[in-house]
Amino acid sequence: MAAKVISTPLLSEHKINVHFPVQQVVNHQGQLVDPVYESAINEELAQTFYRQLVRMRTLDRKAKSLQRQGRLGTYPPFEGQEAAQVGSALALEADDWMFPTYRDHAASITFGKSYGILSSWNGRVEGNLPPAGKKILPPSVPIATQLPLAAGAAMAAKFKGSSEAVIAYFGDGATSEGDFHEGLNFASVYQAPVVFFNQNNGYAISLPIHKQMNSETIVQKAVAYDIPGVRLDGNDIFAVYFQTKKALERARNGGGPTLIEAITWRYGAHTTADDPSKYRDQQESEERREYDPVTRLEHFIKRNGYGDDAWMDSVQIEASEEIEEAVKEMESMPPPDINDMYDFIFAAPTWTIAEHKQQYLKHLQEEE
Amino acid sequence: MLTTVKSRQLTFIQAITDGMRTMLKERKEVVILGEDVGRNGGVFRATDGLQEEFGEKRVFDTPLSESGLMGASIGMALNGLLPIAEIQFLGFIYPAYEQIMTHATRMRYRSKGVFTVPLVIRAPYGAGVRAPEIHSDSAEALFTHMPGIKVVCPSTPYDAKGLLIAAVEDPDPVLFLEPLHSYRSIRGDVPEEKYTVEIGKGQRVQEGEDVTLIAWGAMMPVVLKAAAEAAKAGIACDVIDLRTLYPLDKDIIAESVQKTGRCVIVHEAHATGGLSNDILSIINDTSFLYMRAPIERVTGADVHVPFWALEEHYLPTPSRVKAAIRKVVHF
Repeated sequence: MAAKVISTPLLSEHKINVHFPVQQVVNHQGQLVDPVYESAINEELAQTFYRQLVRMRTLDRKAKSLQRQGRLGTYPPFEGQEAAQVGSALALEADDWMFPTYRDHAASITFGKSYGILSSWNGRVEGNLPPAGKKILPPSVPIATQLPLAAGAAMAAKFKGSSEAVIAYFGDGATSEGDFHEGLNFASVYQAPVVFFNQNNGYAISLPIHKQMNSETIVQKAVAYDIPGVRLDGNDIFAVYFQTKKALERARNGGGPTLIEAITWRYGAHTTADDPSKYRDQQESEERREYDPVTRLEHFIKRNGYGDDAWMDSVQIEASEEIEEAVKEMESMPPPDINDMYDFIFAAPTWTIAEHKQQYLKHLQEEE
Repeated sequence: MLTTVKSRQLTFIQAITDGMRTMLKERKEVVILGEDVGRNGGVFRATDGLQEEFGEKRVFDTPLSESGLMGASIGMALNGLLPIAEIQFLGFIYPAYEQIMTHATRMRYRSKGVFTVPLVIRAPYGAGVRAPEIHSDSAEALFTHMPGIKVVCPSTPYDAKGLLIAAVEDPDPVLFLEPLHSYRSIRGDVPEEKYTVEIGKGQRVQEGEDVTLIAWGAMMPVVLKAAAEAAKAGIACDVIDLRTLYPLDKDIIAESVQKTGRCVIVHEAHATGGLSNDILSIINDTSFLYMRAPIERVTGADVHVPFWALEEHYLPTPSRVKAAIRKVVHF
């Protein structure tokens, strides 16, 4: 076979469109502003969204309260980001892959993890485990490192010819890490079926977004990789859901990766070990509640007659009961199993691990 | 009737290629990826002809992105593939270290075995070929120290193929170190068929009663030369090729030093935190009362692998090994 003449793209002109309007379907007053989606929205969908948003907010508040009472270790709250996480997770198909971070409990639970996820903040590995068959990875702790993994899992999906798509979550700070760029580049080069779902909540611990980067938006970074970019109101669950679904479908149909920037807000601290009043005006942060994802959906539901106050109260009561039950369950977990420390380093323990385990267990016995 | 095993003489690097070819044929999930591994066949030609033979889907180039290619390999391994990722030089693995340490080595543990990473990372290591800066590091201890990854380092073409196949079949991450000094300088018999060399097992390559010499990879030819010269002086060396650096073969070390009572450990990596210290502690734990002399180490100094004009002064030589042998024998 004759060698192909390699054409050089180096001198070609590249016309890029850098306009990324913020996608919004329902505004903060609960009004439908994008009629394109009118026919796709119904009572059932709105109620499903609402139930899950309320569950997640209740869980998050409960976790903060447990932490204050000393019943949970350091915890990273997500209040304010519920719509971004729930909407995107509901857009997935059962067989898809999820690569979450430590702040993405709402996404992980919506996609199938149990409330037992909280136990990871009590130092329990059990909190990392998905239900059987669910491809929800343990949360990534080092920032942005999950993005190349997500690209790789998507490359494998494409290799196998499966219909799996992958979603990877990350925050605004992650976009400064090399792995963000390496992950996006890999996904772009191999046209892997992955959605990079960014929650731009304004702060990476204490660093505001304008000091994180000198770019106007995160989504514009998609241009560098020639992949579709979508900027959306992350507190509008409808925009999140429909746009993520579209991106996942494109991925499944061979259209490659998408970068989504969901603009949202973290009302509280980075973690319970952090005091946000040191680096920002918390009063201003509270003023953002005007754009809150949960109250917005309440307005929408009431406007459309999909539910009244009594129904909303019943949803809240149900969620609270569910979560109290889950906390009870978590707090009655059997004590941690020492074997877990040794038995999952390799498929079969090496002699050093077997020796260390045996020596320590013997020591414990002798101590008794 | 004897079944004759077909074999042929291959260079070290040809044996590695043969191992990869064997596994590409054997398992459809095996993929090879790395910088320049496709059409170019790798900077050392380890993947020469493999893309042509198995196609671009199985053997493919990645962007110049060590962290990206490692992360993507881990992701592929999570989703059912058996990736063999090439890092061009061990000294270039540092950007990928985070991916290896925070994901590849930890995934099984963090998920109680729900998610696993059957990944092979191939990397040439070591000095002595007049390579530019940073191309000559021996960073094995950075990997043997950390849990969740096995580290192998063959010194012969036979072991290279057998250990590579064992690494691909291992359900956990394996770092496969290739002594680049030996790529073309060492030849040997390599069976055509598939076979494995067990991970975690060293090999006695020369029997002797007087002193144990322990080494691996590119130091094996150095140690064997020293042993041959010692033999002329009437000193019989028991020479151990460790082949696997984690987990170390405790039994072969103990058995040998209990016989000889004397030991010299040789590696080209730096002394402090180097693997020789773990071998010393195995001897201490298993054979303290058998020892008739303090154990000697011949290693690289605690300095960077120098610019190549000075590398001969960094690398252990047969002469330095011989001096150490004399020291332990005449203690």
